[in-house]
Amino acid sequence: MNLNAAGALLLREALIFFREKERIISMLISPLLFLFVMGEAIPEGQSPVAGFTYQQFIFPGIMAMVLLFTSITYGLYIIWDKRLDFLKEVLAAPISRSTLFFGKSLGGMIGAMIETVMLLVIGALFILPVTPLQALLCLGAALPVAYMITNMGLTIGASMKSMEGFGLVMSFLTWPLFFFSGALFDLETAAPYIRAVSLADPVTYAVDLMRIILLGKGHFSPWTDLGVIALFCLATTAIGVTAFGRLQQEK
Amino acid sequence: MAAITTRNLVKRYDEVTAVNGVSLEIKKGEVFGLLGPNGAGKTTLISMLSTLVRPTSGTATVAGHDIGKEPLEVRRSIGIVFQEPSVDDLLTGRENLRLHSMLYGVPRREIRPRTERMLAMVGLTDRGDSLVKTYSGGMRRRLEIARGLIHEPKILFLDEPTLGLDPASRKAIWQHIRELKAQHNSTIILTTHYMEEADSLADRIAIINKGEIIELDTPAALKKKVGQDLVFLKGAPDEAALRALPFVRSVERSGDAWTIGMEDSGANLQALLNAAGRLEQVEVRRVTLDDVFLKFAGQQISDDEEEHAEGIFERIAVNKAARR
Repeated sequence: MNLNAAGALLLREALIFFREKERIISMLISPLLFLFVMGEAIPEGQSPVAGFTYQQFIFPGIMAMVLLFTSITYGLYIIWDKRLDFLKEVLAAPISRSTLFFGKSLGGMIGAMIETVMLLVIGALFILPVTPLQALLCLGAALPVAYMITNMGLTIGASMKSMEGFGLVMSFLTWPLFFFSGALFDLETAAPYIRAVSLADPVTYAVDLMRIILLGKGHFSPWTDLGVIALFCLATTAIGVTAFGRLQQEK
Repeated sequence: MAAITTRNLVKRYDEVTAVNGVSLEIKKGEVFGLLGPNGAGKTTLISMLSTLVRPTSGTATVAGHDIGKEPLEVRRSIGIVFQEPSVDDLLTGRENLRLHSMLYGVPRREIRPRTERMLAMVGLTDRGDSLVKTYSGGMRRRLEIARGLIHEPKILFLDEPTLGLDPASRKAIWQHIRELKAQHNSTIILTTHYMEEADSLADRIAIINKGEIIELDTPAALKKKVGQDLVFLKGAPDEAALRALPFVRSVERSGDAWTIGMEDSGANLQALLNAAGRLEQVEVRRVTLDDVFLKFAGQQISDDEEEHAEGIFERIAVNKAARR
């Protein structure tokens, strides 16, 4: 692991992220639609958690959604790098593929964290009171979640040939991961087959963890959530490093 | 000690054999030209030597390190300027150089002075803080050369360094390559399909065609193999008499057009014309590497220039057609 080189990769992502401000805004649009259109439109009595409105109930889930979409999109962007030949410069550098992988996933986490902070501010202003401790815990929980999902995106991106697959991944992976995560409903009352799928969805545990932090009530224990997320972090690291090891220049 | 040694390097893709058994030795401090049309295997060869592509078979050592076993050591010793631009569009010129220095482990306090020196060298000091996407093609190329040099590599690969550049930028880059060789004794491997470029820069030239090296020598010796000068004749000369002349090296005919390779046309032209007999037209010109390539590869190198983009697809199409 070459820290200097990982720093360089991280620096690049940070520079680009702050330069492309439209990207920061556009990533927040659909989560805000869910939060303010769906959240406002569904009447208060429909909230599965007593003492909270439906909008407040889905807020933790929408946090997880932002993490999911930002991180996976970032990961898939490596296809652009490949097409633009920028990746060649990095592949030719004297750094190991695991350094490259970690640099890239840390870079992705920057973006996800910026989005999370923005959503947290919006939530604290308009939706529910957030104490400084809750905010810190949220950000702390967001880190491993962003890491695991960025890894997934990078791994898929590394093995994809063109940007055409981008839409496929979004339709067949990202949206299902979001819908089955229980971000918009309570696992307790969901149909058994939905529950079964939800249990296999890593985002479920991210949603649950956020809900425990912000609403004080979740489906699993925080340790279950953290344990599953940790497992996914390890697994996606192993798979991702292998996929990056196979990356070759294409011609 | 050799800077680069390759033994029987082969790279086979599904449909094409890009490099077919290349064995070479490139000396330290040498400017080595790889000359060939597009699709000849130059880029693939460089990609293998820079550990970006794994060879199908064969081995090579670069700066004393095996490309298969010690890829990171190889990469640390080399600089590459790719054929397609690979500078980061979304960053500025300075940022590109800084990130590259960090990736290659340039000592922290040296990054800034070296960045400035490199920018000055390629004439981009004023534009260093502009985003690369606002650069012209020539500026990108220059930035890329600066980037390839900033970590002071022992061996520099330049894959078509002046492709698509205007004559002034091209001359500037040539000048710089000469300085590198003179001042740093760098080993430079240069691919090109510009004969002029190989001729004026390279100490030795390997002519590569269809993945194989078909000739390897100094530019002067290569030209000598064709003959010093070429005489183009039209008409019906006496072929036997021409061949009998001691200074004639080759006689080729297509229709009534004759191409004669000869030494020292200044002194011998009259004797040649006397021996040839009745002629309609005579033209004399010095041998260029173009002629060398034509002779050894059996095709004109510049023919391929337009096919640049679809080169590989065309070869695949040809291969498929051949199998049917």
